[in-house]
Amino acid sequence: MNIVEKILARASGRKEVSPGEIVEAEVDMAMVNDITGPLAVEAFRKMGAEKVWDPEKIVVVLDHQVPAESVNSANLHKIMRAFADEQGIEKFYDVGVGGVCHQVMVEDGHVTPGSLIVGADSHTCTYGALGAFGTGIGSTEMAAVFATGKLWFRVPETFKIEVNGQLQKLVTPKDLILYIVGMIKADGAIYKALEFTGETVSNMSISGRMTLCNMAVEVGAKTGIVEADQKVLEYLKGRFESKSVLPSSDADAEYEKTFEIDANGLEPQVATPYSVDNVKPVSEVQGTPIDQAFLGSCTNGRLEDLELAARLIEGKRVHKNVRFIVQPASRKVYLEALRRGIIETFLRAGAYVGGPSCGPCFGGHIGVLGSGEVCISSSNRNFRGRMGAKDGKIYLASPATVAASAVKGEITDPRAMEV
Amino acid sequence: MEVSGKAVKFGDNIDTDVIIPGKYLVYTDPKELAKHAMEGVRPDFYKVAAEGVIVVAGRNFGCGSSREHAPIALRHANVKCVVAESFARIFFRNAINIGLPVLECPNIVDVVEEGDLLKVDLEKGTVLVVNKNRTVKGVRLPKFILEILNDGGLIEHVRRKLSK
Repeated sequence: MNIVEKILARASGRKEVSPGEIVEAEVDMAMVNDITGPLAVEAFRKMGAEKVWDPEKIVVVLDHQVPAESVNSANLHKIMRAFADEQGIEKFYDVGVGGVCHQVMVEDGHVTPGSLIVGADSHTCTYGALGAFGTGIGSTEMAAVFATGKLWFRVPETFKIEVNGQLQKLVTPKDLILYIVGMIKADGAIYKALEFTGETVSNMSISGRMTLCNMAVEVGAKTGIVEADQKVLEYLKGRFESKSVLPSSDADAEYEKTFEIDANGLEPQVATPYSVDNVKPVSEVQGTPIDQAFLGSCTNGRLEDLELAARLIEGKRVHKNVRFIVQPASRKVYLEALRRGIIETFLRAGAYVGGPSCGPCFGGHIGVLGSGEVCISSSNRNFRGRMGAKDGKIYLASPATVAASAVKGEITDPRAMEV
Repeated sequence: MEVSGKAVKFGDNIDTDVIIPGKYLVYTDPKELAKHAMEGVRPDFYKVAAEGVIVVAGRNFGCGSSREHAPIALRHANVKCVVAESFARIFFRNAINIGLPVLECPNIVDVVEEGDLLKVDLEKGTVLVVNKNRTVKGVRLPKFILEILNDGGLIEHVRRKLSK
């Protein structure tokens, strides 16, 4: 079996599972946010349930509309606060406490290798970075999980994505995953799992692996995963003491398809409007004028991302025609960026630095686009209207490309910038 | 379970931001969400759908976010069923769970034109194009999923099971 099959077999109490089978599995951790949570609470009540199956295994993170920008949002937050209190859910992250849900889940030790985690958010697949099976579900299903701790899963076929070679300077895991999305296409892996392997992935930081797994859903995949290794164990020290055996794929594990990618010659990549798989090398879109640049989100709002962008922007100014919005992905990332002077670098360059939220990425609040405006963003989706105006245009890129573009006022190859 | 209505056609990769833009996620009232269904690509969809329609689309319908607001908006805008060449996984599950019938049907966009009258038989997994007297075969849903749809969604399904 491969790692995905092993996790589902363990969680469903079977010796073996194979692709296509439908299994009922026990969930190790369940997460909701302020957008999907209230619907789950409503469904939970309508089902006639009273007590959640295990308050220790539920995480509630307010991150989408934070701090509340409207009375409606404030009321949604109230629902989640009351539910956490009533059910004794201690892993509750209010405004200011946590940050973007996926970052909080990983950095606070709620994700462990080999665990099965469901989240009412499509980017729950991010947890594959630690060797966990994370997948997004809807609110009503989450209500059923709250009530029973169980959910049905179709065992997915797995695509093996083997990446070898060295990423060039200023070419990042984001460029790699954009390239992969462009290759597999938005519907190329519906209901499949992606297993990332190879030396490039082994050499990658946890932060980079999170970026990789985060965008697995953009090709329709159910999850993205990297086998946990020594790096993961190091990362978990002080967050979670894992005594479990790390699951890994057998040498004779089966894959529906295998993709081999050479990282050596990869250029910075950009996904152009209005589809995530409309990916081009930066050389083909450079010079496109921008109105806004966004650095943040569950894809690229980590310390490593901010540090890289700050290095590019250090001592320079954000272009006069551009608003550069920066949001660390969590309180912890913010604090460390502050300590290292990264936040100061952004502020001195003329960027707007905000607290963590999902706001700009999904057009909720903070930095929505006006009619016809162009934004280069480190986030994960560039669908029509995603960040505001229907005819706004979003280009997805790495933190380095975003920072370089913010300085130049147009889409720019970061490698052309003096660092 | 059989549903019928006129076809309203869309292309490939219809994402959840188009089905219900993020700015409306602060609403949980299905009626309010319904008013903005498909606003991203067809602002008058709410009026068009009022008579009861069947959405016909290409590949990867519902890709993107896990927001259940998307199938809720469609269902309450009076969409009787979504028939698409393929569905994004989370949307597919969400639709079933909130009681919006979905049917995967390869080649459907080649056969159906906007305004055709369709009859969808979910048990059989077929679409009858009434005005063309043509039947298109789709992928039949497993029995336990049909049961959820017959109950009107997962909430009613769980309630019925609990009350047994």
